[in-house]
Amino acid sequence: MSDDLGLWSVPLAILGGAIRVSTPFLFVSLGETITERSGRINLGLEGTLVFGAMSAYATAVLTASPWAGVAVAGLAGGAFGLLHGYICKFPRVNDVAIGIALMLFGTGLAFFFGKPFIQPPAPPLPAIPFGAWSDLPQVQAALRVNVLFLVGAALSVALWWGFRNTKAGLVLRVVGDSADAARALGYDVDRVRLVATALGGVLAGIGGSYLSLYYPGSWNEGISSGQGLMAVALVIFARWNPLACFGAALLFGGAGALGPALQSVGISQGYYLFYAAPYVLTLALLVATSSPDRVLAGAPGELSLSK
Amino acid sequence: MVADAAPSKLAADRPRALTSLPLRAWLARRLEALAIPVGAALVGFLLFGLFLIALGKSPLQLIDIVWRGGFGSPFALGNSLQRAAPLLFAALCVALPARLGLVVIGGEGAIVLGGLAAAAIAPPLAGWPAPLAIPLMAGAAALAGAVWIGAVGWLQAYRNVNATIASLLMSSIAIALANHLIEGALRDPASLNKPSTLPVGDAFMLGPMPVIGVHWGLGCGVLACVIAYLLMDRTTLGFAARIAGGNVKAAQIQGLPVGRLIVGFTALGGAFAALAGYFEVAAVQGNANGTLAAGYGYTGILVAFLARQNPLAIMPVAFLLGGIEASSGLIQRRMQLPDATVLVLEGLLFLVVLLSETLYGRFKPFNPHLWTEKREAAAAGGAA
Repeated sequence: MSDDLGLWSVPLAILGGAIRVSTPFLFVSLGETITERSGRINLGLEGTLVFGAMSAYATAVLTASPWAGVAVAGLAGGAFGLLHGYICKFPRVNDVAIGIALMLFGTGLAFFFGKPFIQPPAPPLPAIPFGAWSDLPQVQAALRVNVLFLVGAALSVALWWGFRNTKAGLVLRVVGDSADAARALGYDVDRVRLVATALGGVLAGIGGSYLSLYYPGSWNEGISSGQGLMAVALVIFARWNPLACFGAALLFGGAGALGPALQSVGISQGYYLFYAAPYVLTLALLVATSSPDRVLAGAPGELSLSK
Repeated sequence: MVADAAPSKLAADRPRALTSLPLRAWLARRLEALAIPVGAALVGFLLFGLFLIALGKSPLQLIDIVWRGGFGSPFALGNSLQRAAPLLFAALCVALPARLGLVVIGGEGAIVLGGLAAAAIAPPLAGWPAPLAIPLMAGAAALAGAVWIGAVGWLQAYRNVNATIASLLMSSIAIALANHLIEGALRDPASLNKPSTLPVGDAFMLGPMPVIGVHWGLGCGVLACVIAYLLMDRTTLGFAARIAGGNVKAAQIQGLPVGRLIVGFTALGGAFAALAGYFEVAAVQGNANGTLAAGYGYTGILVAFLARQNPLAIMPVAFLLGGIEASSGLIQRRMQLPDATVLVLEGLLFLVVLLSETLYGRFKPFNPHLWTEKREAAAAGGAA
């Protein structure tokens, strides 16, 4: 049965893998886009992602409701975001370094409180079988799409629209492009950034809940393997555009799924190189779009990356 | 403005001020640089103590265990120093570029590549005299790290690519590349369960240092910190780097080679980090394998920031953190706390020390410019 597809199983597995793997990337990168559009960078989302995964799993184990887990992960992520946003308002405090510290702190807390939850099973998040029309198990597996993926896709469109067409989106962009201009208009720059960082944390926490409650669908200490950091690179790759984040998340997810897919048809060489492909792509894009006299086209002006 | 109001009064003040003020001002600044980070670290420990109390554990017991597990016996001390060794190198990879205003967080990748380069060059050198082969292995490691992190510096200096993000990406690429080679071209066919390179061979392994009994990585790490300090604080090159870190435009107007400084200092930092990998291979593991990416690069970031990027301060901080990490096993067994306890403490310390950056220049006793303002204000007030 599985031999019927032959090499076609590779692109199918990549598509399915991309959809499965991309959701955490999508949520973290959308969250980071909101934060960076306000002029701050939060490298701590890796820690938020891991803590979100742990708290969602623990909540789902204790309450038997995966959606309660998602909610708790979002709240916990928001708390980490608030912490980052609050600390960074003080003069001479470096947002990049605070992010690294929060990455350590969030991961540490997640491992600390997550120990008792490594064993017990939690109810998973539901998925919609879009592939039910097909007889082929590979097609069915590839098209089983989780609800959170659809939420993330809708969110990327909503954010893309909202950045351009709503007052909140405009204020966010003004604060991110010129704090002086925002102050002159009477906006509280620190408060806007606080809210933006908190929202970023909420989304990263929800991304974490997907990791532990759907795919890979269990809680352990190696669950994230740097996906939160990769998502920060992804935002740059997507040029701070939420719609492009969606595409980039699929691309990054697909690159991650390429190795296992090729392994399943007997090609086991180069597994790690495929895994690194998104990093190489992002670096190449960074180099191509920067130049000695211009920094990062399209980047928010207040971002420490572009100063 | 003051000179107009009361020139004679100021002139009368001057002899007294000259004798006492510079020394006091120098002392005050040194005290600030010591008191704020130490105070912040104490606050961090205090917060962690409250965290433990909230969980029903005793902070005093933890202090006792960390003392016994990390510092209280010759064995514990040796264990701590062995863990401190790679941290010294990894922290320099953050501290050297930091003087130029760059946040480089890719030390982990340089460590892995350095270890891999040393392990890869060892089998072809088999049979060579050790005094020749050992420097070659260390040199290969340093070169790999220098090229890798130096490239990050080059991208920042000549292409305006942010060094934080570039180093992060380069680090991930390095780790993937190393895994690819360790499980592929460079794999020892005999290593079945744990993919590794061919062993470097007993002849090229480094023994322990005399008296201390810890491998040579510690001595070389201390030496590297001292060299980095002298380079930064006692040479014109280091002075130029600090100017460039403070204000790139001013440095360029002065004709300083900012680009070459950035490439040079990042490459040096990368070479140091790679040496941590070299010593892990040639003094601890005996080959290059997956455990090279043990997180020393990330703890090194913490060490560098806690030491406020000062190479001399890196030594005690690395020793302290090495000791805390060495006592991790004992904390687990005696207090029934998870192994992540140390990670929580480290994260908390990191946060508090970073937050304390905002306190510099705020306390009057530490800040001579606040004294003189008061003095001038008083002088102006007296004249009016």
